[in-house]
Amino acid sequence: MPLNIEKIREDFPIFKRKINNHQLAFLDSASTSQKPKQVIEAIKDYYEQHNANPHRSIYTLCDEATQIYEKARRKVAKFINAGNEKEIVFVRNTNEAMNILAYSYAMNNLEEGDEIVLTIMEHHANIVPWQMLQKKGVKLKFVDINPDGTLNLNQLNEMITKNTKIVSVTHKSNVLGTVNPVKEIGKIAHDNGAVFIVDGAQSVPNMPVDVKDINCDFLAFSGHKMLSPMNIGVLYGKSDLLEKMEPFMRGSDMIKEVQLTEAVWNDLPWKFEAGTPNVEGAIGLSEAIDYLNKVGLEDIQKHEEKLTEYVLVKFNEVKGLRLTCDGNAKLRNGIISFNIASVHSHDVAYILDDFAVAIRSGHMCCQPLMRRLGVQSVARASFYLYNTKEEIDTLVEGLEKVKTVFKI
Amino acid sequence: MSLEIYQEMILEHYNNPNNCGYIENYDVAAKDSNPICGDEIEIRIKFDKGVINDIKFQGQGCAISQSSVDILIDLVRNNNVEFVKDLTTENFIKILGIELSPLRLKCALLGLKTLKTAVYVYLDTLKS
Repeated sequence: MPLNIEKIREDFPIFKRKINNHQLAFLDSASTSQKPKQVIEAIKDYYEQHNANPHRSIYTLCDEATQIYEKARRKVAKFINAGNEKEIVFVRNTNEAMNILAYSYAMNNLEEGDEIVLTIMEHHANIVPWQMLQKKGVKLKFVDINPDGTLNLNQLNEMITKNTKIVSVTHKSNVLGTVNPVKEIGKIAHDNGAVFIVDGAQSVPNMPVDVKDINCDFLAFSGHKMLSPMNIGVLYGKSDLLEKMEPFMRGSDMIKEVQLTEAVWNDLPWKFEAGTPNVEGAIGLSEAIDYLNKVGLEDIQKHEEKLTEYVLVKFNEVKGLRLTCDGNAKLRNGIISFNIASVHSHDVAYILDDFAVAIRSGHMCCQPLMRRLGVQSVARASFYLYNTKEEIDTLVEGLEKVKTVFKI
Repeated sequence: MSLEIYQEMILEHYNNPNNCGYIENYDVAAKDSNPICGDEIEIRIKFDKGVINDIKFQGQGCAISQSSVDILIDLVRNNNVEFVKDLTTENFIKILGIELSPLRLKCALLGLKTLKTAVYVYLDTLKS
């Protein structure tokens, strides 16, 4: 069913905002999404009615806070079809989840001569934590892309061997929009005895993601890209793997018993959640999941596809515009990176801001991919459930202005 | 924010920089970058008795960062290290003559930051 965009937009207070006398056209949801009033109000309600430190005491408010927090965890588990809520660890973001995996899993399980297979399209969050393993003599290998921005699966097939202990791949590229065949990649990883990790930061917000169907060992994603507040994210892990892992952060809440010189770890998932948790974040995420479920992820995905088709047609008319990757709407999935003539992306974004069009500019936290593509930076428009064709028209109008300013 | 920052002078320095290039025989070089937008600048300087005799930059980045460094180099060539040490960000912004938002200010000042680093490194080498 087509989305009722007008109704959806009414739920997002920020769209009432005018910038430089223009209606805000927010085309940067791949960086972070805007938040609906349902999420904002749920957080407000928590602080006005239920605030207490969960898991710590037995009074009413504490009980409520604990129930709310754990209910959010069950909601997340169902959303990605995890086996149970023990497999859902609340983290700050995808980046933190990757660090837990690098420190707690990889540093303890990998040895000299082992290999980690990544791809050239990874975000820094799925590269830099693994670089630490090199000091143990672990080798990092990167699968290349094809000219159309898809992953080179032949190379991936050859690269994953019995030496491979971890395969960590983005589900959807934040620069190219490419959705990788994670189920297929996971099978290759498992056939070779490797653990399979999926970076779901860009996929979980806009398409149904089922961890059982993918059969990944770990999945990481961030709440803030899916209508939730910042600083709440999720590390999903198969419970047998999480059980065997050492905690990453140590201290309160993640223990059962503490002696002066030793401690007994708490059960899953709390073993990985040291200190007072982000209850407001979990509530926001829970409410965001309700919102996304109500609208329907499949319909959101279709809406983004339509906007992608539209923007590609419009961009075709902008002389001097170079797409970073093949202009096939089926492959780009709501993320379009581009450059205009020789204008730096930062200048493009700055001039677009004059029209209240918000796009991302720069290296997109993907410097290795930028180098691979032979560009220093790109401008990126990304779409979500609240975006409209009219916003794309304003974007195109802004791009013509870029050319006027730079006399192109 | 305003598009007035893209003045004729800024665009002229961006499109046709006077000072972009490499010096083979240089006394000091400094490199810096702005991770937000990926602006990069390298400055190489040849001194003659404490005076900036030859100076060039290499860089990639937005119009503001690249034109600012070009304007900066025009300003400091044939001046001594004291001139660079005394050049404040406020004064340099005045010379640029454009109004910059806090994020764009970082772009405009990357060249000056790099130049100051180069000069202080040079002064350190003189001491040792």
